[in-house]
Amino acid sequence: MIRVILPPHLRTLARVDGEVEMDVQTPVTQRAVLDALEARFPMLRGTIRDHMTQLRRPMVRFFACGEDLSHEPVDAPLPEAIAKGAEPFLIIGAIAGG
Amino acid sequence: MSKIRVLVGTRKGAFILSSDGARKRWKVSGPHFAGWEIYHMKGSPVDPDRIYASQTSGWFGQIIQRSDDGGKSWNTPGSSPEELKSPDGMPKGESNKFVYDTSPETGKPLTTHQWYDGTQHPWEFKRVWHLEPSLDDPDHIYAGVEDAALFESNDGGKTWNELAGLRGSDTGPKWQPGAGGMCLHTILLDPSDPKRISIAISAAGTFRTDDGGRRWKPINHGLHSQFLPDPAAEVGHCVHRIAMHPSQPNTLFMQKHWDVMRSDNAGDSWHEVSGNLPTDFGFPIDVHAHEPETIYVVPIKSDSEHYPLKGRLRVYRSRTGGNEWEALTKGLPQRNYYVNVLRDAMSVDSLEPCGVYFGTTGGQVYASADSGDSWKPIVRDLPAVLSVEVQTLK
Repeated sequence: MIRVILPPHLRTLARVDGEVEMDVQTPVTQRAVLDALEARFPMLRGTIRDHMTQLRRPMVRFFACGEDLSHEPVDAPLPEAIAKGAEPFLIIGAIAGG
Repeated sequence: MSKIRVLVGTRKGAFILSSDGARKRWKVSGPHFAGWEIYHMKGSPVDPDRIYASQTSGWFGQIIQRSDDGGKSWNTPGSSPEELKSPDGMPKGESNKFVYDTSPETGKPLTTHQWYDGTQHPWEFKRVWHLEPSLDDPDHIYAGVEDAALFESNDGGKTWNELAGLRGSDTGPKWQPGAGGMCLHTILLDPSDPKRISIAISAAGTFRTDDGGRRWKPINHGLHSQFLPDPAAEVGHCVHRIAMHPSQPNTLFMQKHWDVMRSDNAGDSWHEVSGNLPTDFGFPIDVHAHEPETIYVVPIKSDSEHYPLKGRLRVYRSRTGGNEWEALTKGLPQRNYYVNVLRDAMSVDSLEPCGVYFGTTGGQVYASADSGDSWKPIVRDLPAVLSVEVQTLK
C-alpha cells in the first residue's frame, strides 16, 4: 500500500481527508504512483502534471524520505520505504505567490 | 417573487450573493473553492441552476466546476463516480483539458503568435477567462481562454474542443499579449442568429463568425490605437470589453484600452462615443436590461494608473447610446478611493427598475436597484473581484 499526501487544495478538489492509500503496480515509480492517483481521482488530471506532455507542473514538487525527487526520472524506482508504505510520497505546491 | 443571485469570482475564491427582488438584504455564501482564483462564473439562460465556474491556479492549472443546483454543490464534470472510467478502463476527468487544435482538418495549424519582443512565440494554454453558456442548451458552453482561443463543450463541460478557425485566421501571428496576458475575455452570442458570435481578445481586437465558428474575420474598422505603429491596423487593438443588448444585436458597445466605441452594423465599423467622459480609459461596459441605448462605464485615470480620477469612484451612464454621459456618484466613495473595476466585473439584472452591479479590486460589490441613480455596497472586503455575473430568477 502506497501512501500519498496531497497539498491542501488538491485534497479539497479530490474530496479526501488526510493521506491517500493506494495499491500501485510494481515497480513503484513516480509515473506509476501518479497514474494510480489520477485513475482514482480523475479530477486531478492536469493539476500535477500537464495533460499532454505528462511533465510535472512547474510549481509542483515531489518529496519523499527527506529528499526532493522532483527531478528524478519518472520511471526510476522510488525508495523502498515508499514502495512499502513506511514513508509517504508528498506532492507539494511550491512556496510562492500571495 | 423574483430573486437575484450574484456570482462573484475573486482572487481567492467564489462568492454567491442572493436577495429577494427588493434587493435590500443580501445573503453571502462562500468562499467556494477557497484560495483559488475564480476568473468567471456564469449560469445557463435556460437552466439558471446550471452554473459553470472557471477555477484556476498558478500551481495546479485549470479546473472547470459545474453546479446543477444553483451553487449549493459543485462537481468537476466527467468525474462523478459513474463517470470515473471510460469503457476502455482509462481514467477520464477531461473537463480540465484544453488542448489547442492543430489538425489540418478543422483549422489551419498555427503554433505561434507575436511575443513582447516581436518574435514569434508558441501558443500556451494558461487559463479560462470567460465562460458563456449557450442561449438554448445548458450542456452547450463556450470558453474564452489565455493564450487567446475559443473552446466549446457540448456535454456540460466534460470535454472541450477548440474552434480553431479563429486562431487559425490569417491575422493570428500578429496577435500579441497585453499586460494581463493574451486572453479571449468576451463572448457575445447573437440571440437572433445562432451562427453569429462576436468575441474580443486583448490585445488583438474583435472578431466575428457568421457560420457558427468555422470562419472568423476581424471587425476592428474604425478603431484607433495610438500605441500601434499603424493606429488603424486590422488587428492589435487592446479591446477591454464589448457589450450588446439582446434586442439590438447589431449594436455593439466597446470599452477599448482608451476610447469608448459603438458599432451599429455588428462590428463591421466602429465610431467613438467617448463624448464628455472625463477619461475614456476603463475596463467594463454594460447595457441596461430594458433600455438598449442606456450604457454604463467606469472611467479609470489612465493605462498606467488603474484607479478612478481623483480617488472618486464614479460610474458614468449614457442614456443616448454614448457621447452624452452623466456621473453617478450617490452612495459611491468620493474620496481616497483607489481601486479598479475589471472587465468582467459588471453586470445587470432584469428587474424593474434595472439593477446594476460591479465589483472592485478592493473587494467591494456595489449594487444599484434604480438603474444607477444610487448605489450601496452589498458586500465589502472580499478578495479582489475578478468577475460579477447576475442572475434574475423567477
